[in-house]
Amino acid sequence: MRFTRRSLRIPYIIFLLLFVIAPLLVLFYYGFTDASGRISFANIVGFFTDENTLGTLFYSLLIAFVTTLVCLVVAYPVAYILGTSNLKSKSVIIMIFIMPMWINFSLRITALKEILTLLEGNLSYHPFLNSVIGMAYDFFPFMILPIYNVISKQDSSLVEAARDLGATSFQTFIRVTLPLSIPGILSGISMVFLPAMTNYVVLDMLYNSTYIMGSLIGSYFSSYNWHSGSMIALVLLGIICLFTFFTGGFDEDNENAGGAIL
Amino acid sequence: MKTLKKTFLIAVIVIMYAPILILAFYSFTDSANIGAFQSFSVENYITLFTTEDLRQMIIGTLLLAILVSVISTIFGTLGAIGAFYSGKKINRTISSVNQIPVVNADVVTGFSICILLVIVFGIDKESYIPLIVGHVTLCAPFVFLSVLPKLKQMDSSLYEAALDLGATPYMALTKVIIPQISSGIISGFALAVTLSLDDYFIATYTKPAHFDTISTYVVNATKGSQTEIKTALWALSTIIFVIVIAIVLIANLKTESKEGELN
Repeated sequence: MRFTRRSLRIPYIIFLLLFVIAPLLVLFYYGFTDASGRISFANIVGFFTDENTLGTLFYSLLIAFVTTLVCLVVAYPVAYILGTSNLKSKSVIIMIFIMPMWINFSLRITALKEILTLLEGNLSYHPFLNSVIGMAYDFFPFMILPIYNVISKQDSSLVEAARDLGATSFQTFIRVTLPLSIPGILSGISMVFLPAMTNYVVLDMLYNSTYIMGSLIGSYFSSYNWHSGSMIALVLLGIICLFTFFTGGFDEDNENAGGAIL
Repeated sequence: MKTLKKTFLIAVIVIMYAPILILAFYSFTDSANIGAFQSFSVENYITLFTTEDLRQMIIGTLLLAILVSVISTIFGTLGAIGAFYSGKKINRTISSVNQIPVVNADVVTGFSICILLVIVFGIDKESYIPLIVGHVTLCAPFVFLSVLPKLKQMDSSLYEAALDLGATPYMALTKVIIPQISSGIISGFALAVTLSLDDYFIATYTKPAHFDTISTYVVNATKGSQTEIKTALWALSTIIFVIVIAIVLIANLKTESKEGELN
């Protein structure tokens, strides 16, 4: 066979089939069978009828929602100030905000834990508050970067035009800058919301006994219950699919995902 | 208004960095809890470099990150080139499947890969294969994503010109395409390194029992009660912080001098 550029796709296609598609199929197989290998809907019925698992689902949605909101409320002004300023050292300042991402998250959470222990005494008194603080602290930079990227690329003549046509600066913000920055906001939300539903190790490290969706997988994993664990993973996958459908995560030119970290 | 903006930015930076800096300060003391300052000491740093366990864990994490990043960069780059020069439909399909590990939760990726490789295929975790495969699955799609835009920016006639001048397709690939997209490959590699270093979930579900990455080690250490190890990790956190600052500074200086040359 003659060598062509497109034949380079073959190893990657095999790789994707083996390690991306096949694991998902295995999840479906285990999620919809019982221990003896027979098809069964007990896992899914069990998930949606058990008060504990449903409670965990709503609790993690709540934590993820509050965490995302906190990140957005703090990150938007930061991204806006930096994106619209004409400071020369802008790129250095944005670096300062992103740099913590490169420090191992477990070490950052260790640092946070020491501070929170000093402030609160016993961490177990405020599980919800600590979870939100920990998650927001961990994922905050992921919210800044996509919003900053969108705002700093905005055509400044649009804002000038709005001002020339008599809009106040508040009106200009609400009707021009904010709507134009929605793609960045959506991309930021999708990078914070899902990890906040699943990253149970942040909770564990902050001496938290509350459960989120990720913790369920963790506990089924340690009890070798692949069937129930797979069902939780499938439920999470469903939520992720819904989410990416609404935030456009499958966009072809989704360069924010890669660009957000470097 | 200007001072208000500045104060806000500084306040956010202070909150972000306070825990890391306070921990860095206490890593140079002999106290076991922050807030209880006793006296300065470099004992934590000595423990960090002399404890066999800690040393192995750090070296293991680094070796894993480098190995995984090399494999991911090869797969991701080849995949991006192959997909980019394929028909629109195939390109689209590959790109969509590539998005799955990117948007998926790490817990789900780690759990599903563990089930497939360990439970279904019966591969022993001690062989490191599940761990390496898991990390490559996490990293390669990000390399793919950072190479693809560079291919879009490339002048497509360059490749044709190389062929017209008598290069074989393989030569045109290695001498023309790859040098043109090298910045994307390098940033993809760097991204893969950071993702592998930061991963916790895929490693916990796929790693051999005796092997620890920094993340899994630190998480287990915070649950334990060994003060000596705990404070040695403060030293590790401080060292990593300094290395990150150094890398960022060097990268910034380099881009600045490049811009200077252009002017």
